[in-house]
Amino acid sequence: MLRKIILIAVASLALTTGQAMAAPVGGEVTDYDFSFEGPFGSYDQAQLQRGLQIYTQVCSACHGLNLVAFRTLADEGGPGLPEEQVRAYAEFYEVYDQSLLDGDGDFRPATPTDKFPDSNLSSAPDLSLMAKARAGFSGPYGTGISQFVNGMGGAEYIASLMAGYLEEPECALDGDPIDGFYNAAFSAGGYPDSCLDKKGKRTVPGSWIAMSQPLWGDDVEFADGASTEIDAVSQDIAAFLMWTAEPKLNARKQAGLTGVLFLTVLSVLLYLTNKRLWAPHKNKE
Amino acid sequence: MGGIPHDHYEPKSKGEKWLNERLPIVGLLYDTLMIPTPKNLNWMWIWGVVLVFTLVLQIVTGVVLVMHYVPQVDLAFKSVESIMRNVNGGYMIRYLHMNGASLFFLAVYAHIFRSLYYGSYKSPREVTWILGILMYVLMMGTAFMGYVLPWGQMSLHGTAVITGLFGAIPFIGESVQIWLLGTPNGSIAQPALNRFFSLHYLLPFILLGLTIVHVWAFHTTGNSNPTGVEVRRASKEEAEKDTLPFWPYFVIKDLFALAVILALFFAVVGFMPNYLGHPDNYIPANPLITPTYIVPEWYFLPFYAILRAFDQEVWLVIAVNWLTFGIIDAKFFGVLAMFGAIAVMALAPWLDTSTMRSGRYRPMFKWWFWLFVVNFIMLTWVGARPAEGIYPYIALLGATYWFAYFLVILPLLGVIEKPTTPPATIEDDFNAHYAPKSDDTKAVASPAE
Repeated sequence: MLRKIILIAVASLALTTGQAMAAPVGGEVTDYDFSFEGPFGSYDQAQLQRGLQIYTQVCSACHGLNLVAFRTLADEGGPGLPEEQVRAYAEFYEVYDQSLLDGDGDFRPATPTDKFPDSNLSSAPDLSLMAKARAGFSGPYGTGISQFVNGMGGAEYIASLMAGYLEEPECALDGDPIDGFYNAAFSAGGYPDSCLDKKGKRTVPGSWIAMSQPLWGDDVEFADGASTEIDAVSQDIAAFLMWTAEPKLNARKQAGLTGVLFLTVLSVLLYLTNKRLWAPHKNKE
Repeated sequence: MGGIPHDHYEPKSKGEKWLNERLPIVGLLYDTLMIPTPKNLNWMWIWGVVLVFTLVLQIVTGVVLVMHYVPQVDLAFKSVESIMRNVNGGYMIRYLHMNGASLFFLAVYAHIFRSLYYGSYKSPREVTWILGILMYVLMMGTAFMGYVLPWGQMSLHGTAVITGLFGAIPFIGESVQIWLLGTPNGSIAQPALNRFFSLHYLLPFILLGLTIVHVWAFHTTGNSNPTGVEVRRASKEEAEKDTLPFWPYFVIKDLFALAVILALFFAVVGFMPNYLGHPDNYIPANPLITPTYIVPEWYFLPFYAILRAFDQEVWLVIAVNWLTFGIIDAKFFGVLAMFGAIAVMALAPWLDTSTMRSGRYRPMFKWWFWLFVVNFIMLTWVGARPAEGIYPYIALLGATYWFAYFLVILPLLGVIEKPTTPPATIEDDFNAHYAPKSDDTKAVASPAE
């Protein structure tokens, strides 16, 4: 009975937890290896710093990070910048302060307690939570097994998207032109009829995205001499955006590990207590 | 309590006697904690304690979350993110609360299926069962309203779907929906967020109160047990052969099970806290953009599948629609089916005609029961699939079996099935599992020689 129930519980958990995910259907997401995956994974500080640099020099031109405070750039388990550097970095940004000019409000340089400013483009979504608001993996058949094995894959999705600007497939050249840029990882965009087969199925992965290709490789120069190839910078920015979405990941995994270890020991002790307690009644003494 | 004879609390010191004459609270707690419990309870009888723990966990984490949460449409999402980023340990508190809901439902489903298999709902425990179903419904309401509070995309559009269910009621539906949402045009805005927040805080305490009544009810009838054979109550000596006191025997056993379950729970919270959630709820609510698929949390999926199973192409829906002159349309039929699915479950004590309580001694019932479990899992799965292709047919099949199980199979089985013989007493069952002492066997064996 018990074994049956455990089997069913495990099977049902695996079967039922995969939800219908809108984003990845039809997009190709590569399962990159990130340092923060798995129970023991944690952020790679150097990678987060590179990601911050990419965000600063490329992404921030259009996108904001309105949930992230500059001061957190100094946090443990984050990019870990020295405080003076955070202060200096924040001053590059201008934020609107309602209290200036006797309540009329004015712009001033940001301080570490301010948050990254919002995007001033309505078409450029805020990136703070992007890595959690997208799932890279789903299925098969909504069973959630893929997500159980690979994780939700938000970071993988972002990296794949950055590296997914490929040459427009030939089938798209035949029909009416589609607005935007072909991206093999992006699935929620426009799609030309000429790329559908007779049954209406898509013949090439991805779809057409409004954002033009932001990273080409060699966009930035890293002080640590890390690779600036498109695949490398795509992963760096994805890791940084994972951090902006889940800044306490390191601490959380640590807490989870402590909890699991503590409860495992407690389980063993309670098991032995229970065994001892029941022994006289189970005629085992 | 319990009609099972056992020792009661005797105030000894002067102070104890003084208090006992004025408020017999120590005696009440003593009797509750020392209640004689059938000693053959198996591991499926641990879920009650898991559920009580989870309710307390949800209340404690919830109270702390409320200290930092702002129920205002422009600030709700940000305040949740602030909890995740700025509150000390906030990310743990919030993830515990969020995944605590899943633990709660996992435990309640195990608890319900245990009752269904061992016939715990049967006389004289119908009131315990009905109270349990009521609590389950309250849990669903509470969980739904809690999901609204972060004010993400799924919160908003999920609310549209759920309140839309009430909008399907003929004649008064629209007014009811507007009344629920509190806006003249039926839009989901500040009034909805505020009242859901208020109720999300209130209902768990009602749930706590009902938990006490639920425990009171089964302490009055005594626990059910895997054999379905009642504890002998003729004398205290007889009762003591069938039972052991709840403390320490079952408390320690349940705590052991709880620790194992919590170890797994902490692994989920620590390592994959968003696995059971939906990414779209990390996008702030936007009424102008509807997510491609609106999917409820996993624990609602079986009923969501039943809701969607009855579309306008099902002949039964067409027939009912025609017979009621269009008053019951496909949408309302789905709503009735969803609530009906829970209602028929509540009526199980009267629909199940078998005199044999435990499924252990019902050879035919077993098959139908396990099919019911598989069907439940299938409904959960199909509830998350888009309503296209083959999926609506699977959902319809599952929904049909759900109703057939309660309305046809349970009543019929009692008539046609021949149960096997259960052990005469709980003591016999217990001893059958745990062979008597070796020297006892000898003692019994020697006179025969």
